[in-house]
Amino acid sequence: MKVDALLKQTCEWLRGTGPNSDIVMSSRIRIARNLDKVPFSHWASKKQEKETLELLEGSVLGADLMKGSLLVRMSEIDDVDKQFLLERHLISRELMVRPESKTAVVGDKEIISVMINEEDHLRVQVMQSGFNLQECWRIASRLDDMLHKKLKFAYHNDWGYLTACPTNTGTGLRASVMLHLPSLVMTKQITRVLQAITKLGMTARGLYGEGTEAEGNFFQISNQITLGSAEEDIIDNLERIIRQVIGHEENARKTLMKQNREILQDKIWRSNGTLKSAHIINTKETLTLLSMVRLGVDMGLISDIDRRAVNELFILTQPAHLQKIEARILSSAQRDIKRANLIRRRLEGK
Amino acid sequence: MNLCDECGKNKATVHLTEIVNDQITKLNLCEECAKKKGSDVEQHFGIADLLSALSDVEGGQPSQPQVPAATGSSGPAVKNKCMACGLTYEDFKKVGRLGCSECYGAFKVSLAPLLKRIHGAVLHTGKSPSPMSLKELKVNTKLYDELDAAKADLLKAVKKEEFEEAAALRDKIKFLEKKLKDAGKESLGGHKA
Repeated sequence: MKVDALLKQTCEWLRGTGPNSDIVMSSRIRIARNLDKVPFSHWASKKQEKETLELLEGSVLGADLMKGSLLVRMSEIDDVDKQFLLERHLISRELMVRPESKTAVVGDKEIISVMINEEDHLRVQVMQSGFNLQECWRIASRLDDMLHKKLKFAYHNDWGYLTACPTNTGTGLRASVMLHLPSLVMTKQITRVLQAITKLGMTARGLYGEGTEAEGNFFQISNQITLGSAEEDIIDNLERIIRQVIGHEENARKTLMKQNREILQDKIWRSNGTLKSAHIINTKETLTLLSMVRLGVDMGLISDIDRRAVNELFILTQPAHLQKIEARILSSAQRDIKRANLIRRRLEGK
Repeated sequence: MNLCDECGKNKATVHLTEIVNDQITKLNLCEECAKKKGSDVEQHFGIADLLSALSDVEGGQPSQPQVPAATGSSGPAVKNKCMACGLTYEDFKKVGRLGCSECYGAFKVSLAPLLKRIHGAVLHTGKSPSPMSLKELKVNTKLYDELDAAKADLLKAVKKEEFEEAAALRDKIKFLEKKLKDAGKESLGGHKA
């Protein structure tokens, strides 16, 4: 029930504004922190987890930046609600397992989300629309400063912030950018680009993070290394690479327009037509077609719908969102019908 | 044509080798059944396997008893175990998660090369808790402790119907709460500048 309030608003990262928002969907910064000398979540006893939860809930809610935030205890919401938060990128899959001692604190406008007792005691996440990692880091670091005044975090002079998994040790920082790269996929350059990214110490994943396919031509690119460089340098490094990728996608779009204009337009308009006419549609087809419509909007070919509306559809058509909108549990077949209805209504501007 | 071992209908195009209870089983699957099985298979190979592979490069060092460094900067470890939380390095290798912040000291000898292999560096150069925030933390902790004690005393006083005492405690609580609030504001102001 609690999370229903979120349904009425658009997450900040879906607004379709900010730098390079024709290619960059969103930017995200995550920092991991742990309490000094307190067992990490995976190994903590129930009692210890509960104590950590109580302490951290209070500290996070008490921080100035978290005014007006929503405290969501995983133990108090059902599976659809959890899935709903996951679809909005407010929580991770890890937070959904063993929900008794886990909490998400969702900040105003869904810019900040703090996960308690995830893999680490605290996972602070800040999201922005468009290519805007600096702003994300500025906010995350400010909240981190506030929390430092109330909590003693595990820190080692040589190794920095200590995390449950050594892959996050040091800064505990994961900077990631969600890119929409349909033209690199269509011109078959994407594999080469992703290989190059991996060689540079970055990783590429799908729309819903680890282990997910790159559906809808969305790719999440993030840093892998967290120890040895300062936060600003890690972010700067990632930004340089992302700028290159943006440049490649822009070129691919221009090339497609020049050399395959009719084919491109056919793809975009057919996708638009199918979405406006379909009465049954699954998630995968929706993502594929919406990706083409978004490309049409970003290239100025489609003008009767704005980017934000398309962005919203990417999330509203996900299974838990459909069930929240309908306020009841729907079977997969029922969802496919409701999804098609919703898309038709939204694209017709009704 | 090899048929799928699971459904027996489609052509087997995916060949899996699984080790269950020390028995090697070979599975020939069609694409559809392989996908269904895929989720099981993926779980077998996670971050723990990768970390454990990285740990083992160092000549099996992690399985040997940890020797605390002579500098004393190392945490308490006896026989490959973190004395603070009880985790062994073997546990860590299995799950890929350390037990607590003290484990970093306890397993220093093994973790240093592991961190080097993961990150290519072993020296943190980023943000650190500022001396200011540590100082404030100490002051705040003291204030919080005083506040907690005063609140407990207030409850006791009310129970015993010692109302004069209770009133004094109420004023003390108000004072402490204001002090904590002001400390928060000041530090924020300082941060902006």
